[in-house]
Amino acid sequence: MSGPAGDDAPDAEGAAVPAIRRVAGTGVPVRGDDIDTDQILPARFLKAVTFDDMGEYAFYDQRRDADGELNDHPLNEYRGANVLAVNENFGCGSSREHAPQGLMRWGVEAIVGESFAEIFQDNCKSLGIATLAVDHEDAVALQDFIEANPDAGIEVDVREETVRYDGTVVEGEVPDAMREALLEGIWDTTAVMRTNLDRAKAVHDDLPYTDD
Amino acid sequence: MSEGTLYDKVWERHKVADLPNGQDQLFIGLHLVHEVTSPQAFGMLRERDMEVAFPDRTVATTDHIVPTTSEGRSRPLADERAEEMLTHLEQNTADAGIRFFGLDDERQGIAHVVGPELGFVQPGMTVVCGDSHTSTHGAFGAIGMGIGTSQIRDVFATGSIAADKKAVRRVEVGGELGDGVGAKDVILHVIRQLGVDGGVGHVYEYGGEAIRSLDMEGRLAVCNMSIEGGARAGYINPDETTYEYLRGREFAPSGDAFEERKEYWESIRSDADAEYDDVVEVDADDLAPQVTWGTNPEQVVGVDEAVPEPADTRDPEAAASAQAHTEVTPGETMEGHAVDVAFLGTCTNGRVADFREAARVLAGREVDDDVRALAVPGSGTVKRKLEAEGIDEVFEDAGFQWREAGCSMCLAMNDDALEGDEVCASSSNRNYVGRQGSTEGRTHLMSPAMVAAAAVEGAVTDVREFDTPDAVGTEVDE
Ligand code: SF4
Repeated sequence: MSGPAGDDAPDAEGAAVPAIRRVAGTGVPVRGDDIDTDQILPARFLKAVTFDDMGEYAFYDQRRDADGELNDHPLNEYRGANVLAVNENFGCGSSREHAPQGLMRWGVEAIVGESFAEIFQDNCKSLGIATLAVDHEDAVALQDFIEANPDAGIEVDVREETVRYDGTVVEGEVPDAMREALLEGIWDTTAVMRTNLDRAKAVHDDLPYTDD
Repeated sequence: MSEGTLYDKVWERHKVADLPNGQDQLFIGLHLVHEVTSPQAFGMLRERDMEVAFPDRTVATTDHIVPTTSEGRSRPLADERAEEMLTHLEQNTADAGIRFFGLDDERQGIAHVVGPELGFVQPGMTVVCGDSHTSTHGAFGAIGMGIGTSQIRDVFATGSIAADKKAVRRVEVGGELGDGVGAKDVILHVIRQLGVDGGVGHVYEYGGEAIRSLDMEGRLAVCNMSIEGGARAGYINPDETTYEYLRGREFAPSGDAFEERKEYWESIRSDADAEYDDVVEVDADDLAPQVTWGTNPEQVVGVDEAVPEPADTRDPEAAASAQAHTEVTPGETMEGHAVDVAFLGTCTNGRVADFREAARVLAGREVDDDVRALAVPGSGTVKRKLEAEGIDEVFEDAGFQWREAGCSMCLAMNDDALEGDEVCASSSNRNYVGRQGSTEGRTHLMSPAMVAAAAVEGAVTDVREFDTPDAVGTEVDE
């Protein structure tokens, strides 16, 4: 898509699937490797037939002390932030889309981290959440910066595959398919693939096992 | 780039189109559906006024939220939210014309147990489910992948997913497995070697002597845990073991059709000169039974091996916090580590062979007085078969509770949960903090035989020290 980079608001008003070129806002650091989706969204909150309430359940257990009172977890302390800063293998474990749904409904629009689990990253793509993989030092430096400057602006540029803050530009990687999908506004794959339904039917008919 | 592998061949066969973002549109041959991740997808479909495009390629069951006591299963379920999820699934599958194995069907069970045992899953298929352990189905030489709910919507609406082809890593597991050592030990060992994120971006093709020698139940356990190693899919090339398992299954082809289908199955095996993106070798010769000591599935040791110092692990910080949580002592072995709960079941180890293996350990023995022991068959079919063999009695005589089929204490979405800081010897696949329903609970993953041994001793024990009969119960031919 051409034209000037807009802000993070959808530039095609009313379109079902906006292009997402950059996410600008403030940051929230959640430290630790191998943070799994059971921690991000505990299983007992999956008992719901919609995702509507998931924002309240993001990191539910970590956000509370033993008496159930809210503690100083980043998701309590950095409300209003939209760029999540994490470390390695974020989102491993269960495939539950409830995890990125919960983060998104809490306010997360982009995640910068060392690496992401695959299913989690796919789920992010389906929801239009950008993930940017950066080096270990850069991830930690970003987390340190956010902690020292909670109100400072952070900007994730999907096209440039960078995160910018305080005059620093860190290069990272958005997976190609996600980058294209976000930039072109084609991250809603249902609509795109539905146009190939006849071809899907042809593949179905041609498979040796589909007449059982 | 790989070439000539099963993965390449099955992918090509199912590819529908190139998508504008560079991904492939891949046709899905079998979509397994359950109550937790599907209602939102059905909702999205309704919002867009779309119908399920290939109901004939879709099979549903209920597993995550179902109570496992027979009293608990009368409707409406006591837990209103569980009842709501179940009702939604019943209504959604009825409306869409999807085959559904519900609580009133004796074949109900965990999707990854039901799909294989009824013959739905076959070599050369693409299989998805809104559940990460869909990698299980690779045991047949299928490509099984876990997906999220938006992708479930995609599959409902288009019979396809948008996907990138992954790199193919051949995991060559050599060596001969001794008595008391099996598939679960092999896969825990593999994950320890390759790491919980070692497989990201990869599909694992398991091969080698130790894999070939496994029965289908064992192969299912290995492929099940591929995702614990970060690999979204893992598979084993089909062979006579696969075909013999499929013969006579309710939804597998029969007679001439079976022989004809076998030609397809043979054709998608990896070529002898297939090219892999990389090959790793793992030695399983003389492997000891494996136990996890920490809070992720790579934090594993042999039962007779010392728990490592955090500094000697890949991630010292994570190891230290894991050891603080599980209260294990570096330098000591896991033997003698006291357990409060023994849990046998799940999509990893909830099949007939798993219970037979545990029953050999339990025969003539009793569960320790301080241990709460739960046996939860993976499906109604598994349960009835074990009951026909008299194996339920071995469990009940030993002091295990004999339950109805479901996911149960694997993730505790029903009443089966750890309480407080209970320590659990578990045949499941995840030991993350909080996974079994209590944030202070501790989970140690191990094989079914090791769970049985831990139940008897009230502590982690080397099952190889137990005298066991060759078989218990009366094996009934299917
Ligand atoms: S048994 Fe456990 S891992 Fe398997 S599908 Fe159920 S909850 Fe998931």
